Amino acid sequence: MRPKTRLRRTLVWLGTLFVMAAICLPGAWVVFSAFRPNREILARPAIWWPEQFGLGNFMRMFGIGGEQIAIPVGSYFMNSLIIALTSTFVAVFIGMAGGYAFARFRFRGKNAIFLGLMLSRAVPGIALSLPLFMVWSRLGLIDTPLGLIIVYVAMNVPFTVWLTDGFFRQVPVEMSEAAQIDGCTRWQAFWRVEFPLARAGIASAGIFAFLISWNEYALASVLTRSTDSRTLPVGLMDFSAQFTIDWAGMCAMAVLIIIPALILTFIVQKHLIAGLTFGGVKG
Amino acid sequence: MATVNLSQVVKRYGKLEVVHGIDLDIAHEEFVVLVGPSGCGKSTTLRMIAGLEEISGGEIRIGDRMVNELPPRARNVSMVFQNYALYPHMSVRENLGFSLKIAKQPASTIDERVAEAADILGLSDLMDRTPAQLSGGQRQRVAMGRAIVRHPDVFLFDEPLSNLDAKLRVQMRTEIKRLHQKVRTTVVYVTHDQVEAMTLADRIVIMRDGYIEQVGSPLELFERPANTFVAGFIGSPPMNQVRARIAAKDGGPVVSITDSLDLPVPGRLRDQVRADQDVVLGFRAEDLMPEGHELKTDGALMRFKQTVSIAEPLGTETLLFTEFGQQEVLSKMFNPRPVAEGEEIGFALNIDRLHLFDAASGRSLEG
Repeated sequence: MRPKTRLRRTLVWLGTLFVMAAICLPGAWVVFSAFRPNREILARPAIWWPEQFGLGNFMRMFGIGGEQIAIPVGSYFMNSLIIALTSTFVAVFIGMAGGYAFARFRFRGKNAIFLGLMLSRAVPGIALSLPLFMVWSRLGLIDTPLGLIIVYVAMNVPFTVWLTDGFFRQVPVEMSEAAQIDGCTRWQAFWRVEFPLARAGIASAGIFAFLISWNEYALASVLTRSTDSRTLPVGLMDFSAQFTIDWAGMCAMAVLIIIPALILTFIVQKHLIAGLTFGGVKG
Repeated sequence: MATVNLSQVVKRYGKLEVVHGIDLDIAHEEFVVLVGPSGCGKSTTLRMIAGLEEISGGEIRIGDRMVNELPPRARNVSMVFQNYALYPHMSVRENLGFSLKIAKQPASTIDERVAEAADILGLSDLMDRTPAQLSGGQRQRVAMGRAIVRHPDVFLFDEPLSNLDAKLRVQMRTEIKRLHQKVRTTVVYVTHDQVEAMTLADRIVIMRDGYIEQVGSPLELFERPANTFVAGFIGSPPMNQVRARIAAKDGGPVVSITDSLDLPVPGRLRDQVRADQDVVLGFRAEDLMPEGHELKTDGALMRFKQTVSIAEPLGTETLLFTEFGQQEVLSKMFNPRPVAEGEEIGFALNIDRLHLFDAASGRSLEG
């Protein structure tokens, strides 16, 4: 019994290690490469363990020291931040209103509308890029933050509606009724009782919406052109020239992209975990 | 003065009418229980009084105000829900004080009223806990406390005890009665449990399929059920009901159950029956008394022998199952002795306490 248990444990650990390695190594490789010179990254045979390790790539990117990369990282960063935050805020707000309506009210065509929202997620975004480009160019929305914000809100709303709907469903309707009898208007009952109880779900919806907007590449690459609206993921492509790719610079910027997402996830993590298990009980 | 008056109140969901124009007048400080099987419209009626359901027709008045169009918050009622509906993100203290806080009462008033309610309900030691840290009975008490801090005109209870286990239910039932004695307020209480209705109510309203079947004090309903439904609903065990036919005999009309079993029609009902009328004969289990275990009575007794098919000892009494012409009836044996299955026992039936209902309409033949 004992040796068998030990063997099984060892196997489980090995399996876990393998899976974790498969997941983490590419990410780790990007992070390592961000601190190494291009020469070392491209070396044949490969240099596995970094020999030269430094902040050179980042200094080049921010124009510190002699060497500089002509990429407006600061503008890209600000664009990404504005677009992701605004679209997340709007998508969560609409999602909250929509999710509440789906959870609480009965109205004509409710199921059809809900199904339609979900089906809209089944269309690959890239398939819409050409029609979107044509419409946006007529409307003058090409290469504007507003153009991207609208696209990302549209992408995220079905998801935020679905997620918050699930959370509001778990708040018993008697909570709102009790609050109304206790003297609240429907609006007060929502903000004082139902919203705090569904907060975990709304936080989850927010973090997902943010990550999707922050990382989106395909549509942003079509709809943006200049520092006016270009976002970080698209900016990564600036590192590829006609004949060369500056892998070191690209990795350094990738790290820059990861950091805010990581920070935000950590901040919201507690809600996220509580939220996902809470929401998962009665899917 | 907080009377509640319902006049011709109708509730429709789309084309489906679930409450069919009911009339009910509830007096100030009266404890009224709406009781009936599930789907009878009792909860819907309560929710219409609360303002949680729109009224499709008729009029509801609380005190001298017509409240049809008023939102719940403007009706000055408070409600205890079946699942308590405590606010899980607030402490007991905050739960109790919530309505006063919404009403923008000064903090000193809130503290005072919350402390008073906590004192009445024995919650003072639990004030800083959250609902998740409370037992079922404690949650129930917080829900009642939340209702009383507001000093409402009317208390509404929606099956408040049905989530509790049997023992706690009996205990909380007594607490509710005690609470009503302390804070004299008009109460409308909904339940499907006739024992709760009997024990708590000043007046019981029995509902079925969106109609009121009978309104009366617990004893009125028990002694003089208006129809077979009420007879079968009130009392434990429910009233025995046996199909029979009125036959004219020399000594006056009799209730003929089988060829060999005729019972005289009680004197007060002689003029109400006609020959060959199909009736339902009703009598309480305690009025069919095993020989040697009779209760004191002035009524005329009719004696006959019956075979007992099942005996259910309950301690203070034993329920005996026997048959009247293949229809099962129950008898209560007080101060019981052991009874064997298949034993033949003499019974005495109290003729004066027989009830007769018209078989077709189910209505009582009492004048």
